[in-house]
Amino acid sequence: MKSALVHSGITPTWGNALEIQNLSKKFGNSLALNRVSLSVRTGEVHGLLGSNGSGKSTLIKILAGFFSPEPGAQIRLYDQELNLPDIGQMAHRFGLAFVHQNLGLIPSLTVTENLFLGSIATQQNWNIEWRELHRSAREIFVQYNLTLDPTAMVAALSPVEQAMLAIIRAHRELLATENDHPGILVLDEPTPFLPRKSVDQLFELIRTCKDKGSSILFVSHDIDEVREITDRATVLRDGELIGTFDTHDTDHETFVAQIIGRDLDKFAGSNVTRDTRKTLVKVTDLEAHNFGPVSFDIAEGEILGMTGLIGSGFSSVPSILFGSGNSYSGLFKFDGTNIDLTKLCPRQAQELAIAYLPADRLGSAGIGSISVADNIALPVYPEIRGRWGLTDKQVLDHGRLMGEEAGVKPNDPILPLASLSGGNAQKALLKKWLQISPRLLLLDEPTQGVDVGARQQIWDALVNSAANGASILIASTDYEQLACLCHRVLIFAKGRIYGELTAPDLSKNAIAESCYQSMVASS
Amino acid sequence: MDHNSNPVTAESYEQRIARLESKLSSLEQGFKTKSLLQRPVDWKASSEKFGLLAAWLAVILILGAFQPEQMFSWNSYATMFGSNAMIIVLTLALIVPLTAGDFDLSVASTMGLSSMVLAVINVKLGMPILFAIFLALSIGAVIGAINAYFILYFRIHSLIVTLGTGYFVNGLILWISDSGTIAGVSMGLVNAVILYRFLGIPLGFYYVLILTVAIWYGFQHTSLGRRLLFVGRGREVARLSGVNVIQMRAGALILSGLLSAFAGILYTGMRGSADPSSALAFLLPAFAAAFLGSTSIYPGRFNAPGAFIAVLFLSTGIMGLSFLGVDSFVQNLFYGGGLVLAVSISQLIRDRAPMD
Repeated sequence: MKSALVHSGITPTWGNALEIQNLSKKFGNSLALNRVSLSVRTGEVHGLLGSNGSGKSTLIKILAGFFSPEPGAQIRLYDQELNLPDIGQMAHRFGLAFVHQNLGLIPSLTVTENLFLGSIATQQNWNIEWRELHRSAREIFVQYNLTLDPTAMVAALSPVEQAMLAIIRAHRELLATENDHPGILVLDEPTPFLPRKSVDQLFELIRTCKDKGSSILFVSHDIDEVREITDRATVLRDGELIGTFDTHDTDHETFVAQIIGRDLDKFAGSNVTRDTRKTLVKVTDLEAHNFGPVSFDIAEGEILGMTGLIGSGFSSVPSILFGSGNSYSGLFKFDGTNIDLTKLCPRQAQELAIAYLPADRLGSAGIGSISVADNIALPVYPEIRGRWGLTDKQVLDHGRLMGEEAGVKPNDPILPLASLSGGNAQKALLKKWLQISPRLLLLDEPTQGVDVGARQQIWDALVNSAANGASILIASTDYEQLACLCHRVLIFAKGRIYGELTAPDLSKNAIAESCYQSMVASS
Repeated sequence: MDHNSNPVTAESYEQRIARLESKLSSLEQGFKTKSLLQRPVDWKASSEKFGLLAAWLAVILILGAFQPEQMFSWNSYATMFGSNAMIIVLTLALIVPLTAGDFDLSVASTMGLSSMVLAVINVKLGMPILFAIFLALSIGAVIGAINAYFILYFRIHSLIVTLGTGYFVNGLILWISDSGTIAGVSMGLVNAVILYRFLGIPLGFYYVLILTVAIWYGFQHTSLGRRLLFVGRGREVARLSGVNVIQMRAGALILSGLLSAFAGILYTGMRGSADPSSALAFLLPAFAAAFLGSTSIYPGRFNAPGAFIAVLFLSTGIMGLSFLGVDSFVQNLFYGGGLVLAVSISQLIRDRAPMD
């Protein structure tokens, strides 16, 4: 029936702008998406909700052509079937445009240059009329009820103006395609760092795009924003389709329940109560740009977790306590002595037996082109050198010993770090710090991209180290990990501590629920 | 019931399992010790390591086939070793900041300035040669410090800063020399560099040999040298591991200036005079040797023995070609082509990962 309408040629109407059926994606043995179906109607703003690991970013990446889906899936755009698996180019041609969280703007170029980046980059033009381009940019902005100076640098725009520019650019691309339909705009988490007032502006723009007939797929973790802007919303959890809901008939609590799920805890909390020992770290009124003030303490032998939704600021705490960033204030008391946070540098932190393992494994934590042995030995070169200086043999022997203890496979320390799998590289890099017996260990997403087996070994190593008296701080969005490992978890929202969960109530779901509640309470 | 009715077979079955298991574990054990102790000779790795040495030998043999009496005479090599010593020093001056991730394009200019300062102080002002040497070395260190200041404080790319300071220094050389050659440097220096010989090779070469060993030791056998490599490969990793990255980079640039100045002293000593421009021509040979050297001995890293061999390899080629009576422009072809070829080979070693 639908296709008959399309082929009749007179004022085509479409049922659904985007129709996804049976979409699955496997990574190794784990199922990131399990036979998910969803449809976006023409002229609809459709929300996509789910917590970390729910599969929503996998779904978006399949649509954008980064991943290919498992066989058996069907994707239709305005009744046109896409050839799977390679849909990247086709999706673009048939009217799918993306605005990802990083926006894809070039900050050092002007607004006009960014707006017409696509055509400037791909079309030959030996005589670009800048005056003309600026004028048409201004005209385009008027259509969207927006005043932006086309000659301004993008870097000088406010965050919301940058987001709006990216959205307008994507929408222009949709309208410029040779289709007779208005296309679908996919907005992937466009709001997490925006203040409320800016979100209103952004929503106004989304409604304008909708009024021009386009459909919008709005991906977000923020339930209230989804309820405000969308007509319907689809919830994913652990790769499963939970359902599609009419947003106006669904309240906040229902969404939370759907996102988190009410089924029994698969992973119960560690429920470890620590014996009260002396406080090693005491942080008071820690403040940075868009962050704080926050105060907390960590006892000896305690594993403290920090978490929150994207943009809540918890992830900056480990690097601040290691003195690796700049411009922050607050009191940091370590083992009874006051430490000047403004002067703290990684070297000094290390002398105090503070260690920090960043999340960016081959960018900040270790060097891929250098051997595993050297990567491990870097902080302890002076200790392992012999009378005649450091030799490769000493470094390799040390690396082999440490690799053995940490369970690095293959334990061949002469290999470059980059040749190890993520999990084994992480084991080696964790050992790099555990070997100095740190009194405070700061970790940022310690098991990101790490396989299950390695994850357990890393957890064991951390629990072991805490049992020997080390204080451990873990910043992570992996709720399961926090529930399994931590004695205490602090929930962050908008740069502050929103709540604290301790042993008896510590579970994956409790943390997730707390994170979503924090969003409501702080807005 | 079955189990009880036939105990003999049950037992033998278990025994068999146990026997098989013990056999398996002994095999595993054997495999483990074998793989740990008797690493098979890795032909690819060792051919990479010693490829340059083999190439050097090949060049000698090939050119020797045409000019045997000159190419196979010890005297040619003794002279060549002596007259290329300062290029080795200049190459060493380059690989120190290169290891720390910084380019120093001002090394040849610093060498020229040091050479000229030495001559001006010693000849024109008539001051003792030791004082002139001290002053020349200090000036090298100061230029390194100036480079470090602009690169690290203003965070400008090292290529830009050292290109500028190098050109600036060229101006200084012309200024203090009145654009002319200064001859008549103290014979003490000339004797110590080129005239006194051991095994037919001028003493200057032995200083450079000692320096090469010292830098090899520093890179390979001290924690400082290994940290320097981390600084060059990943500043953030080094910083977050407690390495003082700024200090290390500054130190590397200052050492580079100091070594360049030493190259200048050798250069003056070799000729007994200083001219304002000829030292500048050594920048490219030094770069070519630094990159060519990084493909051997410790492949993938800038290293002192590799640099040492690379200079001798390139010089041997040029010496042989000049014996064949080839025009002098071949030098440029050889050095320029050598640089690009060396970098291409080292890129192949790194599987053509983008250079940073």
